[in-house]
Amino acid sequence: MSDPMKIRATMAGDKVEVKVLMSHEMETGQRKDSKGATVPAWFIQNVTATHNGKTVLSAEWGPAVSKNPFLSFRFAGGKPGDKVIITWTDNKGDKRTDEATIS
Amino acid sequence: MNKGRRDVLKGAGGTAVLGLALAAGLFRSGGARADWNKAAFETKSLSDAVKAMGGGAPVESKDIVITSPDIAENGAVVPFTIASKLPKTASIAILVEKNPNILAADFQFPDGTEPWVNTRVKMGQTSNVIALVKADGKFYYASKEVKVTLGGCGG
Amino acid sequence: MNRLAGAICTIFAAASIGTWAQFETSTSRTTVQEIERYREALADGNPAELWEARGEALWKEKRGPKGATLEQCDLGRGPGVVKGAYAQLPKYFADTNKVEDLESRLVTCMVTLQGFTPEQAKKDPFGGPGKKSNIEALVAYVTAASRGAPMNVSITHPREEEAYEIGKRIFFHRGGPHDFSCASCHGLDNQRIRLQDLPNLTRTADAQRAYTSWPAYRVSQGEVRSFQWRLYDCFRQQRFPELEFTSDASVALTMFLAKNANGGVFNAPSIKR
Repeated sequence: MSDPMKIRATMAGDKVEVKVLMSHEMETGQRKDSKGATVPAWFIQNVTATHNGKTVLSAEWGPAVSKNPFLSFRFAGGKPGDKVIITWTDNKGDKRTDEATIS
Repeated sequence: MNKGRRDVLKGAGGTAVLGLALAAGLFRSGGARADWNKAAFETKSLSDAVKAMGGGAPVESKDIVITSPDIAENGAVVPFTIASKLPKTASIAILVEKNPNILAADFQFPDGTEPWVNTRVKMGQTSNVIALVKADGKFYYASKEVKVTLGGCGG
Repeated sequence: MNRLAGAICTIFAAASIGTWAQFETSTSRTTVQEIERYREALADGNPAELWEARGEALWKEKRGPKGATLEQCDLGRGPGVVKGAYAQLPKYFADTNKVEDLESRLVTCMVTLQGFTPEQAKKDPFGGPGKKSNIEALVAYVTAASRGAPMNVSITHPREEEAYEIGKRIFFHRGGPHDFSCASCHGLDNQRIRLQDLPNLTRTADAQRAYTSWPAYRVSQGEVRSFQWRLYDCFRQQRFPELEFTSDASVALTMFLAKNANGGVFNAPSIKR
């Protein structure tokens, strides 16, 4: 059960600037725990952002993306009041979707 | 449920359901999903990564701008803003040369989305960081060295 | 961090202290500027916001044997008043007849309002991989509500003044296998450990700047770290005995450092290396 993302979507000129903070361990699979056992890789693999049903960003990630990932991007065609929906899926099959209203 | 549909399901047996399940990503075989380029994320060099993405030798380009601090106080979180001025930019990937696997992230930009991204990646040590751009079907790159330090008493 | 590396680092640090100042060059000034750029680049999009959100949820959630929320917890400005509370802590509280910092006050509230035992309330004060800390989340939430407030810790009550004096004694007390005190690193100007400029906490400007930046999301830890953690980790690095969570000693030392930061504008949770 993952924690919610923090999403901010604001108008920057005629574009929408989206800033997302995700809660995820992003384990590389290289780290060893205190007992010497390798901690298995656990990381977000896919991120999708949509606006009015259209994909405005998609991404494939590896475990080298930092823990508690931050992502920012800009797209055209949005206006205040519209919703931006972000979804991530990780290598264990866990999924999380959150949305924000453009302010 | 109409008879025709019932027959189709019976006839196809488990195979159709299996196919649907695979497509839906319900089968997790070490992350081998159709929408995640496993091969690319296991490469160790720029040329291998581009090959895994279906491209040939990338060309260096001044139209790709990497903005980042020159020194990272800790390699766990190193911020990058990458902007591409190349027309028809479809994707921007971030590669960290000296990481165990070179490819950190790959972003795809549909029409209407600015070819610009700000994110944070892990760097295991001082290394060149490469922004690899696919524009109009061809690959381009820019590179920047970022020094990684460890602060304080390491804690 | 493994013990050998820690020991080496401590010895290196001991050798560096006091001698580094002579080697300031234009290169190291540029390095300092670059580190400043790194810190600025991280300021927007601080994962601490995720802790603040979790802390707010914990504050408002009915928990413990009494099934109560923390919304009646008195942090010094009246029951349930979170805004500006951290800027006035530590503080003497009549109901416990002692000086409490934020973490010990949260433990008090979890015990009295929610019915947890002190052991349950103090469990997992510092989060780690696969282990979340409720205290750190609550600290993030409460401290965020003091952002922008000037530090305003009073030592008018005799217990408060006593805590301040004890904290000062601790700050200057040399001990442990390396004969360190807090002042060894933080009592002189122009000190540095590797790339870390060490604030001189006996100077008001440095004291203000340092104290008002905690708690912080430490990227090297991947966690929001509270002031209790900061002191605990300093003690660990000095090879002192473990500083017990919310102990009188930890609260006294916090009192000394917080009061010295009075006037400084609180600006946390921040993000650090």
